[in-house]
This record gives sequence, C-alpha cells and structure tokens, in this order.
Amino acid sequence: MINMERAEGRAERSPDREFLSIENLGVTFNTEDGVVRAIDGVSLSLERGKTLAVVGESGSGKSVTAQAIMGLVKSQGGHVTGEIWLDGQELNRLAADEVQALRGSEMAMIFQDPMSSLHPFYRVGDQIVEAILAHRKIGKTAARKETLEMLKHVGIPAAERRIDAYPHQLSGGMRQRVMIGMALINSPQLLIADEPTTALDVTVQAQILDLISTLKQEFGTTVILITHDLGIVADVADQVAVMYGGRLVEVGQTSVIYDQPEMPYTLGLLSSIPRMDRELPKRLDPIRGNPPSPINLPPGCVFQPRCNYSDRVRDGACLSVRPELLPTAPDHLVRCHLPAEERRQISEEVRRILAGAVR
Amino acid sequence: MAGYVVRRVLGMVLLLFLLTLTVFVLFSLMPADPARLTCGKACSPAIIENNRHRLELDIPPIEQYQRFVAGIFVGRTYLKDTARPLECEAPCLGYSFLRNQEVLAMITKAAPVTFWLAIGGFVTWMVIGLVFGVVAALKRGRWQDRTVMGIALVGYSLPSFFIGLVLFFFVVLIWHLLPIPQWTSGMPFANPGKFFQTMLLPWITIATLNAAFYMRLTRNQVLEVFGEDYVRTARAKGLPERIVVVKHALRAGLTPIVTAAGLDLAYLLGGAIITENIFNLPGLGSLAIGSVLASDLPLITGITLVAAALIIVANLVVDLLYAVVDPRVRVG
Repeated sequence: MINMERAEGRAERSPDREFLSIENLGVTFNTEDGVVRAIDGVSLSLERGKTLAVVGESGSGKSVTAQAIMGLVKSQGGHVTGEIWLDGQELNRLAADEVQALRGSEMAMIFQDPMSSLHPFYRVGDQIVEAILAHRKIGKTAARKETLEMLKHVGIPAAERRIDAYPHQLSGGMRQRVMIGMALINSPQLLIADEPTTALDVTVQAQILDLISTLKQEFGTTVILITHDLGIVADVADQVAVMYGGRLVEVGQTSVIYDQPEMPYTLGLLSSIPRMDRELPKRLDPIRGNPPSPINLPPGCVFQPRCNYSDRVRDGACLSVRPELLPTAPDHLVRCHLPAEERRQISEEVRRILAGAVR
Repeated sequence: MAGYVVRRVLGMVLLLFLLTLTVFVLFSLMPADPARLTCGKACSPAIIENNRHRLELDIPPIEQYQRFVAGIFVGRTYLKDTARPLECEAPCLGYSFLRNQEVLAMITKAAPVTFWLAIGGFVTWMVIGLVFGVVAALKRGRWQDRTVMGIALVGYSLPSFFIGLVLFFFVVLIWHLLPIPQWTSGMPFANPGKFFQTMLLPWITIATLNAAFYMRLTRNQVLEVFGEDYVRTARAKGLPERIVVVKHALRAGLTPIVTAAGLDLAYLLGGAIITENIFNLPGLGSLAIGSVLASDLPLITGITLVAAALIIVANLVVDLLYAVVDPRVRVG
C-alpha cells in the first residue's frame, strides 16, 4: 500500500525526470578564512537501479556531494544551492523534517570508517532497531527479528550472538557489514556508499564490495559509490563521474572512462593505479602537486597547475578561462580546453604506455 | 566486570593502607613538638617529658604507627598507666589532647556542614554548567554562545575568597537581604528556612568557579561529539534532531563530564576551607584550618586521612560508574 502511495505521488510530481537528478548543485561553507565553495555547479543524473561511481582525490567534493543529497550538509553549517530530484521530489526545497523522514528510508548512507560510525555505547542490534523504529510503526520484537535477519543477510556469522555485541567487540569488516545492514534495513531506493572500503584491509575490501553489489541486485537499489580508487570501480559501476576541485571534470559510462578517457586528470588517476597483472614501465606515475585549496582555487582551469598538457592550449586559456563541461561524444562529458582531437591523441599515448607494460 | 570490580577494590585497600603510612610519616616529621605544645610558657622540662609519655610520643615511630593503625581497626587506650585512662573505640582516628576530644567525634560533628555545603554547591554548579554549556554548544558562534562564554570567563576570574567576601559584604552587611550566616545543629531538617538563608551565599561562592569551568568543559565536549562520525550516522538514519542530540551526542559527550564532576565533589567533601571560613561554617575546612593553626597533630592527621579516603573511594565509584555507562571500559 505504501508503495502505491509512493507511485501516485511520483506520477504527480515530475514523471519526466530521471530517478536521481542533480541540477547545478553548489555547496558553500562560511568559515573564518572566508567562504569555502566546496562544490560548484555539479549536475548529474542516474537511472533507477544503476550504480554511479564518483571518483576524486581528498577534498574534491565527492563526500560533500553525497552529504548534500542526504541533507546532512545543512546541519554542518553548509549552504546548498541547486536542485536535487530524487524519485520526482526536489529535496533541497523540502523542510528539514521532510528530508529527515526520507533519510534512512528512501535514501541511506554508508560511511568510510566503520570504527567510528557506530555509536560506541549502544549494541549494534539496538542501533539497527532504532533505524527501523524511526521510520516504521512496528513492535520492538518484530524490529529485532528483522534486524537479526538482516545481520544474517549481510554475512555476519553467529548473528544471534553478535546482535547484542558492542561495536568495539567486532572487527572492521564486521562493523562495515553492520553499517550496510543498517543502511538497507528500510529498503531504501538510493544507497550512497562513501568510501566504504577505504578503512578496511585489502582482503576485506573485495568482500564488502561484493556484498554491496549482491545486495544492490537483490533489493534493486540505486547506488552511488564514492571512492578515490578508480581500481575498484570497473566491476561495480555503470557510470563514472570524476570530480576535481569541487567540480565534475569528466562523466561517462564506465567503459568509456576506462577505454577512452579524455580529461588529463582522469588519465592521471588511471596511471596511478597499481596493477598486479602488469609489469610497470617505470615507477607508478602519480599526479604531481596537491589538490587545490577550496578557499583559494586557481584561476582558469582548476586542474591547470597540475596538468602536463596545459601548454598545448593556445592563448594560455587554461590560466584565465574556466572550461565548461561539454559533451565530446554521446553520454561522455569532459571539462578541458584541449581540442577534442588533441585529447584523444594524448589519451591514446598514455594508454599505449600503460598497455605497453602488458607481457 | 566482576573481576574488574574485585581488582579495583583490592587496589583501593592497598592505596588506603599506603595513605595511612604517608599521612603518619608526613606529620611525624613536622617541626612542631606536640609535647611542648601541651603546656604554656612556664613549663619545665620534666612536665614536657611527662606529657610526652602521656601522648605516647616517647616510643619508637614504628610502634606509634602500629598503635595508630590498630586504633582504626580495634580501638586503643590512651593514658594506660594513669588513674584515668582514655578509651578510644574503633574506628579511632586519634585523640586531640588540645581540645580533649576524640578526632572522629569532631570530624563527624563537622562533616554534615561540609556535606550540605558541598552537595548544594555541586548541584548548583552542575545544573548551571551543563545547561549553559549545552546551550552554548548548540548555538555555537551565536549570541547565546558568546554570552555564556563571556559569563564563564568572568566566573573563571573570580577567586572564591573574593566573590565570597563581596557577596557577604553587600548582600548581608550593606543591603541586609540575608541574615548573618549561622549554622545551628540539627540543620537542615530542624530549620529549613534558616538553613537556606545560611547556605545560599556559600553555595553561590562555591558554584561560581566550578560552574564557569563546567560550562566551558560541557561546551567543548558536546561540540567535539557533534563532530563524531556516529552522530552523523544517527542523522543519516533519519532520527529526529532531538534524539540525535540527546541520545547520541549528549549521552557520549556528557559521560566524561559527570565522572570528572564526581571527583570534584569528593574533593569538596573534604572541606571547603575558604568558603567555610568566610561564612563562619563549622565544617571540615574550618576544622582543618583550626587544627593547623594550633598544630593539633592528631586532628590534622585525622582530617587528612578522611579527606584523602573520600577521594580514593570517589575515584573508585566514578570508575565503576564509567564502566557501567561506557561498554568499552568493561575489559577483562
């Protein structure tokens, strides 16, 4: 019955939009050092049931984007502009309590560090039960039963015992499983995973990613996976959005981003993935320099100070003009001053060097 | 948990034993000669020697200590070889020959005064400190926050001897808003009205500095916890902001504060020397000052022992409470 109501509501609101559609999203924070523009003009859309990977370095604005969707930025003193359409509903315009009602039921989030994301004073089972009771009027016993089912479902061994464990009694991988279970307990339509594997051992990382993929299939959840590691994206994501300096710099299908990347920053990210199946031509090739400070962004292209190819652009436009995010092919957007021909040529060269290492 | 309690209690017993030793050594080494103090100017060496014997100061220090500890557990008898021996029943903390009273009797007489002073002050400063601190944290950077922090700064800078005297001078002597504080036995239940009139200013005096301290502590604690990932998780679950603040943030943020408060209360229960003296309250603080000024060694020893024991016990209680509240402490 609830689903029917939802369906009707959706039809009334805006039938022609994608399931998730972000339009010109901007987030600013007032700090003592001035206004920090954490995100500027981010527009994205995502079909129901698909997975979008948002990739970028620390400080690129990917986590802030996620928290803006969840409505968590305002409680941290941030100011959000633009539109966030989820399932036909514009979230940025909603009152705080209306967004709160959606959080944890329609959209849920998993955080980076499972060590600190669970409350140390409460049993993990109780924390999940709390998430259920926040959105549904069912009895505590029923909620606990459902929690136990979910813990089993996310692969926690001896769940009958672990349901009464405190977070510090569980390993990092177990805690992240608890977090995933907590996020999915109300069958949200959108799941945002903010670097869900960064704080975990490499062996556990693969398990957690597998778990997310499996559950996504099962629940039909739409997923946004935020990561700084392009290496884990390929098997999981349908679409990739690369962020830099609070902006999108390249957006496309996963295969496109891997096989025909055009933005020099994306090329840099791809070059810096350690590969076990290749003999490297030389040492790993990191992107030189550091991410820009959001308080003091460079003029022109924000990536220009770290770009190897900016001297190939005529008139020094990279130094003075902010490039636009423009389509270079269907469903492939790139923010770069280089002519498309030149970009493809550079991309070719880089990929040849990378591929040249294959034995 | 049970093992933890047993270990902590055993540790406390050992600590109390070391405490008696320390206190005894400390005061045996004091320059004052208790025997000399028992009689006035016209005092012959013979009388002094006689008194030294009566006070049991002519036996080896080890034996003195043994009798001191034995007195606590089984009682002891002073002036055994005289016509009028003095029976001091267990727990005997000593006998003050200066005042001709048992130390314990004096302490138990003074303790209620200090107890009510400490409890009243404690409640006042905790309520003010926690409420204002939480408000300041919730309204960080706004006028409420700046006001609270301003008040805290002023409170911080007012030593209790200053604020006590100012209050006493204006409220009692100049404006006659309150009568001159007068503690009578049977308070607080015998005469509650008079009790509150007597204790109001002392409570304010004691609470001022601590309230300022706890406002800042609370504010910082709560702000720190608001930045914790698990508070963000609570919001992400879609919990109402009130539950996020109270159940998730304050529960974690205030726990260390309440435990710190336990220790401060214990410290205060050992006697509030300045406040008791300003307002003429016959509590442990006044008793301690009197004993020091008169070089009344048995009394000094007794008060020190009681005050230190209070802190040791409070420490244990606080730690056990913490283990109840924070599951991470319950190890092994």
